Amino acid sequence: MLRVEEIFKDYDGKPLLKGISFEVQEGELVCLLGSSGSGKSTMLRIIAGLEKPESGKVYWNDVEYTDKPTHERDFGLMFQDYALFPHRSVAENIAFGLRMARRSKAEIDSLVEKALKSIHMQEFANRPVTELSGGEQQRVALARALAPDPHLLMLDEPLGALDHNLRTELLKDLRKRLHDSKKPVIYVTHDQEEAFALADRLLLLHNGKLVQEGVPETVFTQPANAWVASFLGLGNLVPARLVGPNLVESELGQFELYASQALSVSSECMLLLRPEDALIGEEASRFPNHLRAIVQDSVFQGEFYRLEVLVGQTLLQVHSPQAVEINQPLPLTWPTNKLQCLPV
Amino acid sequence: MKRSGSLTWLLWLIPLVFLLYFFYQPLLAIFRQVFSERFNQGWQFFSWDQVTRPLVFTLWQAILSTLLTLLIGLPAAYLFARFDFAGRKGLHTLSLLPFILPTVVVATAFNTLIGPRGWLNLILMDVFNLSTPPIKLLNSLPAILLAHVFYNTSIVIRMVGNSLSRLNPHYEEAARVLNASPWQAFKEVTLPLLVPAILGASLLVFLFDFTSFGVVLMLGGPQFATLEVEIYNQAMNRFNLPMAGLLSIIQLLVTLLITLAQNQVRKPRFGKAALSSERKARQRPVGRWQKTFVVLMIILLVVLFVSPILSLVTRSLVAFEAARGERGAFYTGFTTRYYIELFQNRSGSIFYANPLAAIRNSLVYSVMTMVIATSLGLITAYALSRSGKFTRWLEPVFMLPLGASAVILGLGFLLTFNKPPWTSGPFPILIPIAHSLIALPFVVRTILPAIQSIPNLLREAARVMGAKTLQVFREIDLPILLRAVIVSLVFSFTISLGEFGATSFLANARTPTIPVTIFRYISQPGALNYGQALAMSTLLLITSAAGSLLIEKIRLPGEELF
Repeated sequence: MLRVEEIFKDYDGKPLLKGISFEVQEGELVCLLGSSGSGKSTMLRIIAGLEKPESGKVYWNDVEYTDKPTHERDFGLMFQDYALFPHRSVAENIAFGLRMARRSKAEIDSLVEKALKSIHMQEFANRPVTELSGGEQQRVALARALAPDPHLLMLDEPLGALDHNLRTELLKDLRKRLHDSKKPVIYVTHDQEEAFALADRLLLLHNGKLVQEGVPETVFTQPANAWVASFLGLGNLVPARLVGPNLVESELGQFELYASQALSVSSECMLLLRPEDALIGEEASRFPNHLRAIVQDSVFQGEFYRLEVLVGQTLLQVHSPQAVEINQPLPLTWPTNKLQCLPV
Repeated sequence: MKRSGSLTWLLWLIPLVFLLYFFYQPLLAIFRQVFSERFNQGWQFFSWDQVTRPLVFTLWQAILSTLLTLLIGLPAAYLFARFDFAGRKGLHTLSLLPFILPTVVVATAFNTLIGPRGWLNLILMDVFNLSTPPIKLLNSLPAILLAHVFYNTSIVIRMVGNSLSRLNPHYEEAARVLNASPWQAFKEVTLPLLVPAILGASLLVFLFDFTSFGVVLMLGGPQFATLEVEIYNQAMNRFNLPMAGLLSIIQLLVTLLITLAQNQVRKPRFGKAALSSERKARQRPVGRWQKTFVVLMIILLVVLFVSPILSLVTRSLVAFEAARGERGAFYTGFTTRYYIELFQNRSGSIFYANPLAAIRNSLVYSVMTMVIATSLGLITAYALSRSGKFTRWLEPVFMLPLGASAVILGLGFLLTFNKPPWTSGPFPILIPIAHSLIALPFVVRTILPAIQSIPNLLREAARVMGAKTLQVFREIDLPILLRAVIVSLVFSFTISLGEFGATSFLANARTPTIPVTIFRYISQPGALNYGQALAMSTLLLITSAAGSLLIEKIRLPGEELF
């Protein structure tokens, strides 16, 4: 089990990580999610021992690893650019970690063979890695990282270098492979789709701190703050102020809701209005204080129409099951139990 | 269409005629000299021993020099690519300086350090009260090796260091994560990826060591003759031109072989994969081992690069003259006399080398070389940038002069142009022409990449807007090429100013240059001669260093001169 405690790290003289602590349990897949430049990769490099933190500690099974040299940690790391050794063949790349661990020749051969078989690339064994496609490189890089049987596997944006179609295809494959390996995994990404598809648990990194931690469903339904909601693209965010225990005021008017415990009365917050929860048309007009919106645009998305509507000066996105006429007024509201007010 | 076709022809014609007349004709003359002698008298003009001895020695010293250069250059390259320390930039600039220093300057600098009248001996004689210099390093193999290491370490630092700092840092890190210790990661991943750069640098260093002339002539003495020095001896002292010619042909063949090997090495091996835009940040040394390494390397490099230069400059300002009467007593003190003497025309002097005339000559030749080499190089680069069957055919013709050494050029000139009108003309035009031929390859290699970097689309756009051929050149090409052209001007000027190999064949008593005069002075006895040689060397050193710094300032990062 991995545990990091209060990691601080500077970059170019500015603090990058400001006290990061978390744990990864046996067989758990944790996704570290954050925008680019947030220090996610640096966190992995600190765990791998490639960089030293300013302060803080790294433990593996309660043994301190902070000053342990990288090659004695038995942690696997897969780089975003894969870093396959260009002067070695596919098989030699996979064998590298085993060779460094001084396994016997026969053992190496059989393990490499097994690894190649598992990624369906037996016939590629003696090819130079420079001739592989992006997807093939990704598979070889994963096989190379897993070959020495590391205690912990870390992946730094493993699908980041691939185009969209290939990504979706490989994501399924990767999910199965990581699951089958039964290893604890830390998976770094900035893509919430990947994170939701893979993670047992999400860690959200923002401004050098972990702002939320939890299973994907919880993070999705109860984002800890406005940044999380915005980063995950959960919906419209409107500046508001809590004026009563269950009442907020915004430029759209007053809303009744079940406010979070974290907020005190008269504090600033962000109102989260999820497009898929919006009630429109007749349904909305039954509520006495519904909003009067003007439809700006209606775009067919397959299962629904994505509407852009103007309420006063505020542009909102809502989903509608059927097409709506443009430039027409539209009654609009959100049910009280679907509204959330988030700390800024 | 027709117009641009004829222009292409003209582009080819000018450098082609120049090269045929001034490079291939002299080269042919060397062959003719050897083989006509062979038909007239058989192979009597030489014995095998006369060929094998200098050849074996040349190869031997070149191998030793290259190995020693790698021994210092590789750790130095690692130092500059990976570590950050106070004064790093200054030391780096300093370590790249020797490459451009004239051979005579390097030779005199080492003379002032380890020679009989040099600092080390003077200090030892003073401390131990000796009457003769205790260190006899001059005229020995170690002196030659030392100068070669001084010269060529900068090549290894530049080529291998560049490659190392452009290597994707993830490779080494991936190896570390895959259970490799720092040393294993270096041995298994970093080193193999550097092999092409190391091989390339080694071959270039070997080529320079193999064709080294001035340093060997001035530091090696008569018993250590390389092929180049032997060519010079045979031609200028023994007047055995066929023998000099034969040695030249052998020299040319070996050079050609090295060049072929270089082309093999230069082929890209690992694709672009091995290089990355992401550079490993240089780090301050941590831990005992790293700190020891950095400190030792800094000391080594400072001693290697600073001490000869410092020694030359200081020695040129200090008088050491034997006091009359007393043994082992010296008159010592600061003096600017050597410099002042340079600018005094002593008509009654028994020495024929007139320093003032030499300085004037050198400046005139350098300016002429600058103009000839750059304009010719510009035209040649344009011709080479046009793709086509014709270009591929003629490219080797233009690139061969790269392999020919200055001494061979000098010998060829001597054989071909040692007659009127060349000798009777009012001005020795041959010297700047020879210098231009030596500078030409460097100029072409500076300008060609710049031309190739201009998208043809720009020229076409200008043409569509109504610009004529010359206007296109002036409006589009010239502003983009300006940097490369300035670098070429400075570079050819500096090369000409310090050129010694070819000039030693061509400069007569009437037309000495600075390097030739330095050579004459330092071969003479007498403190004044020695001092004047040092003073001139120091002036040449300052000019060359200024030129080199100027080039580094103007040059775009990533452009390489070799």
